[in-house]
Amino acid sequence: MMLLEQICRDFQVGDQIVHALDHVDLSIAAGEYISVMGPSGSGKSTLLNLLGLLDRSTSGTYWLNGKDVSRLPDNELAEQRQLNIGFIFQSFHLIPRLSALENVELPLVLSGETPKQRRERAREVLDAVGLTARVDHRPDQLSGGERQRVAIGRAIVMKPSVLLADEPTGNLDSRSGQEVVDILESLNRDGICLLVVTHDAELGQRARRRLAMHDGKIVGDVRQ
Amino acid sequence: MLGRDIVRFTLRSVLDRRLRSVLTALGIAVGVTAVVLLTSIGEGLNRYVVEQFTQFGTSTLAINPGKATTFGISPGVLNSVRPLSLEDAEALQRAPHVLNSVPAVSGSASVEARGRERTVNVFAVGPEFDRAFKFDVRLGSFLPADELDRPRPVAVLGATAYEELYGSANPLNDRVRIGGDRYRIVGVMEAKGDMLGIDLDDTVYIPAASGLTLFNREGLHEIDVLYDENAPVDEVVAGIRRILLARHGSEDFTITTQQQMLDVLGSILNVLTVGVAALGGISLLVGGVGIFTIMTIAVRERTGEIGLLRAIGAARSRVSALFLGEAMLLSGFGGAAGLVLGFVVIAVVELVYPAMPVSISLTYVVLSLAVAVLIGLIAGLLPARTASRLEPLEALRTE
Ligand SMILES: Nc1ncnc2c1ncn2[C@@H]1O[C@H](COP(=O)(O)OP(=O)(O)OP(=O)(O)O)[C@@H](O)[C@H]1O
Ligand SMILES: [Mg+2]
Repeated sequence: MMLLEQICRDFQVGDQIVHALDHVDLSIAAGEYISVMGPSGSGKSTLLNLLGLLDRSTSGTYWLNGKDVSRLPDNELAEQRQLNIGFIFQSFHLIPRLSALENVELPLVLSGETPKQRRERAREVLDAVGLTARVDHRPDQLSGGERQRVAIGRAIVMKPSVLLADEPTGNLDSRSGQEVVDILESLNRDGICLLVVTHDAELGQRARRRLAMHDGKIVGDVRQ
Repeated sequence: MLGRDIVRFTLRSVLDRRLRSVLTALGIAVGVTAVVLLTSIGEGLNRYVVEQFTQFGTSTLAINPGKATTFGISPGVLNSVRPLSLEDAEALQRAPHVLNSVPAVSGSASVEARGRERTVNVFAVGPEFDRAFKFDVRLGSFLPADELDRPRPVAVLGATAYEELYGSANPLNDRVRIGGDRYRIVGVMEAKGDMLGIDLDDTVYIPAASGLTLFNREGLHEIDVLYDENAPVDEVVAGIRRILLARHGSEDFTITTQQQMLDVLGSILNVLTVGVAALGGISLLVGGVGIFTIMTIAVRERTGEIGLLRAIGAARSRVSALFLGEAMLLSGFGGAAGLVLGFVVIAVVELVYPAMPVSISLTYVVLSLAVAVLIGLIAGLLPARTASRLEPLEALRTE
């Protein structure tokens, strides 16, 4: 489903060039459960952003569903993100003035779905993440774990084929972190491809496929 | 994204920061109020003046001595100016399409009657005056149609002059003294109100020839001509010019039609109205700067939100449209509020000062609202562009 060939991502910092990704080859099939671990600065987030089409590689080719997306123009990248990819961020990124339901609805609003259908779909998704009783709450009226569940709802409302989560439990206590992980894993069992960047070894061990990164390179790729 | 969803989304963010939005819109509101108010006063003044000038009908023209050119009255020609005479006025009576030709001299003089004295406007005119300008006689009759150069010493009182001098007593055939000469009262006019601040009722009418003597003048101030309203103006003017040229030998007179007068006045007043509208426009501009500032701040504050929108599939143009929409919503709100405020102020002004000439000009109302929204659009352009140019990843990283 996703195929990276000789991907490099360089950053120019002053007169120094940082190789955040250094000739990475990676193949990801549909429905996989992958964790990405490694020391800080090893390029985990950069890899994730690249897979999520939020960032472009400096060189190399990225095939998404058989299509070369490495050099797509900006608005087509946006379209690909809308259709194929769900993001979950460490800091949730909910819109504070909108209710849980409206936050979940947002991708459907952007895609031009009619109010009736998107409302229905958003409620369905909020049910699935266990927030039936919180649909009308604004983010500041929700706990951290609940916020992250709203964010998960928003990520899956368009039924993407892959969920990209960058330290999804990083801002959560262990109990709500566990709830979030449970939801993500159940989504994966239902067929969505899940890719989690984490510093939490225990969480990392749960994945069926574990990537280890160091200095912009994938130095370990273990399957259970 | 559906159109109504764009509106809803922008409305939500505008309403989310209510106080800030109200204050920003207020800048535009004040500008629109200023434009509506100032142009309404300008337009009211315009109408007032035109009404004043057309109350005597529009098919009149005036002939004055001296040749007016673009540069005013040129002194070289002034030397050879012949005065406009009573005979000129009489001759014009026979010009084509002319209904009445009224010689006129005016000034002020003191009138003495029954031991009372009063300074009034003296209109020394021809006997056709009342018919030409549709003045009605209340008592007696207007000046008799004597020979122009040898009239009997008779006078007619305006309504105010009559009431001040006689109260409600019968003035007919009474003798009055005007500037040393004695006149017999033959009539009293109906009240007529005033024109551009001159009281037309605090007056005494005497024959034109008597006026020349009274004010010690060689010629008339003016000959007023009333012509057939169906006649082409050019023909009327040409006929009059031909007659006067024959009598004077050169063009040492100026013919001004009512229409020319209105045109000149109209253009002056239009410049005035445009001027005050521009003045109001400056406050609109200031309001626009306010919107620009607030939108720039909003883009900075909501950088994370912009990043998110881009991450979940919003194209750059969509982000841009959302922020532009917000700016236009602010200015549109402000504009609408400004209109309402303007109408209220005008209503209050009309209530408190009924004499104040105000008249709402629809053109300027529509224009000011359009300009307000346009200013919102322009003020929002740069912030919206900034928002749309943000790289999603960098925007997301900003907290
Ligand atoms: N926008 C950028 N500009 C310059 N350098 C960057 C940028 N983004 C990442 N880098 C550099 O690229 C390297 C990899 O960064 P990345 O964020 O992928 O690390 P990470 O593995 O996610 O680290 P962490 O565990 O701390 O999140 C780091 O050296 C970082 O400094
Ligand atoms: Mg990272």
